Amino acid sequence: MEPRIASSPAMGVAETSFSPLAVRGPSWDGRFTVLILFLPPALLLFTLFVVLPIGEAAWYSAFNWNGFGRPANWIGFDNYRFVLETRAFWLALRNNGLIIAVSLAIQLPLALTLALMLAERFRGAVALRMLFFMPYILAEIATGLIFSFVYDGDYGLVASIWRTFGAEPPHLLASTDTAMLAVLIVIVWKYFGFHMMLFIAALQGLDKSLIEAARIDGATRSQTLRHVVIPLLYPTIRLSVFFAIVGSLQLFDLVMPLTRGGPADSSNTMVSFLYNNGISRMRVGYGSAIGVILFAICVTFAFTYKRWFMRDE
Amino acid sequence: MSNAETTRTPFDPAVLFKASFLAVVAIFVLVPLLATLLGGFKSLGELRVNPFGLPRHWEWQNYADILFSARYWQLLRNSLIISTLTVTLTLIVASMAAFTFAHIKFYGSSMLLSYLTLGLLFPAATAVLPLFIKVRDLGLLDTYLGVALPQVAFSLAMSVLLLRRFFKDIPYELLEAALVDGCSYIKFFRYVTLPLSRPILATVGTITFVNSWNAYLLPLVMLNTDALYPWPLGIMVYQGEYSSEWHLILAFITLTILPTIILFLLAQKHIVAGLTAGAVKG
Repeated sequence: MEPRIASSPAMGVAETSFSPLAVRGPSWDGRFTVLILFLPPALLLFTLFVVLPIGEAAWYSAFNWNGFGRPANWIGFDNYRFVLETRAFWLALRNNGLIIAVSLAIQLPLALTLALMLAERFRGAVALRMLFFMPYILAEIATGLIFSFVYDGDYGLVASIWRTFGAEPPHLLASTDTAMLAVLIVIVWKYFGFHMMLFIAALQGLDKSLIEAARIDGATRSQTLRHVVIPLLYPTIRLSVFFAIVGSLQLFDLVMPLTRGGPADSSNTMVSFLYNNGISRMRVGYGSAIGVILFAICVTFAFTYKRWFMRDE
Repeated sequence: MSNAETTRTPFDPAVLFKASFLAVVAIFVLVPLLATLLGGFKSLGELRVNPFGLPRHWEWQNYADILFSARYWQLLRNSLIISTLTVTLTLIVASMAAFTFAHIKFYGSSMLLSYLTLGLLFPAATAVLPLFIKVRDLGLLDTYLGVALPQVAFSLAMSVLLLRRFFKDIPYELLEAALVDGCSYIKFFRYVTLPLSRPILATVGTITFVNSWNAYLLPLVMLNTDALYPWPLGIMVYQGEYSSEWHLILAFITLTILPTIILFLLAQKHIVAGLTAGAVKG
């Protein structure tokens, strides 16, 4: 029974018998070893690949630089000015606003209604939940491709419906008037199930006695819903809104197979705008400026929202 | 209370409304998916006139050609390698950090934890250009690790939070008793914490896997060689080559999302729990 030293590299050794004789209290030694062995990998990876690049984006955004050699051509805040003077930037920002509006006005009520219906037990409820959740786990790329088929003016489902009415099928994704609308429909299709699941999880965690009490006091179904159930769901609704907004600011993969942000930048989101104008052309300074603006929007939003709406959670 | 009684009768308008509403949503969700699956069995000519219905001639050839092509399997293999790397590294690195945050009190612990959770606030895309330059300078461009390491870094925040909450629920008396018996922290982690935490490890692993399996932007930026492409990149290339031969593209889409759907059916408990857990208790 040799006393073992905590810092020996015994991690990988298959040694299951703990020596009962070597009595040691919780010592600073063992904890220190854990501290210097267990924490650095996470901190290092996170700093290297998440935090540093944000700082570097701020630095690079002051240069006119194509990514090769060292950044030398200092231009101050010009990149930010160029971004703000680009019409496509404001279009992308507007589109992100539209996505948020649709999430709040259509997706959220839809998700809530479905959750209220499917939180009850009946035959097929679980199957329907799974079906509605399925689009959420499909890759955005695959979803985008499926819908570029659905919208296809020659072979697609929409075209076929149009033709049965004898009308000339539209090319929805190729027109600046309809491209963004088409993208918005796909967004609802893909994400309502996620929000529905959030609500179902919340509904199942509700205190049933409150609802029963309201019913016993003579409240009708709709009164119970409006004055008891929905207020109890407020935290989840706030959370769902938070995810809808954060998700809109990240949206990229879905747009690429559908429209690539086009035609004429009419369906760009912030990230696809960043990709099309910064990344794909290796305009590091310009692209970094867009990234910094996006970062500022995300962080400002997250902190403000948490402070105003989620203070108690 | 007449309301409660009428819900039992089969002709209640509320029930009828509910059923038809659910049916409409189910059709809205199902039709694009079924049309994709069936479209892969049609010829291009039939797809044009009959995109909705069952194929009149089942063209097994479309699917067979893809299943017997090296290309399809190479894409899945690349995706599997990247996702497995990401999941393994995330689980190791995140559970070690979570263990430290859960069981060891030290100066600056809560500060470091909030530092890590900063990762939840912004998308990877914001700094993807500097990230590209960093990965290039590290010599990892066009390698699996060049995609996997940033993915691990970005999945750390959520993973550490979820794991730490679970680890903290392991009774402190258990740790105390183990320490008194001469068990080190590291052994406790290896032989007590990890085995007890299988459910949460499965959940975190599943979320990380799904995210990595579906990822597009990072591999798009980090990889240049077709032979290394994971399937989301590969399918975009495929679509570019067969631009309007939709029957082939639909078959390809079906076969590439098949693994996700199978995984979903097998591990739906973990997927639903994981993808909504961070949210509900967050």
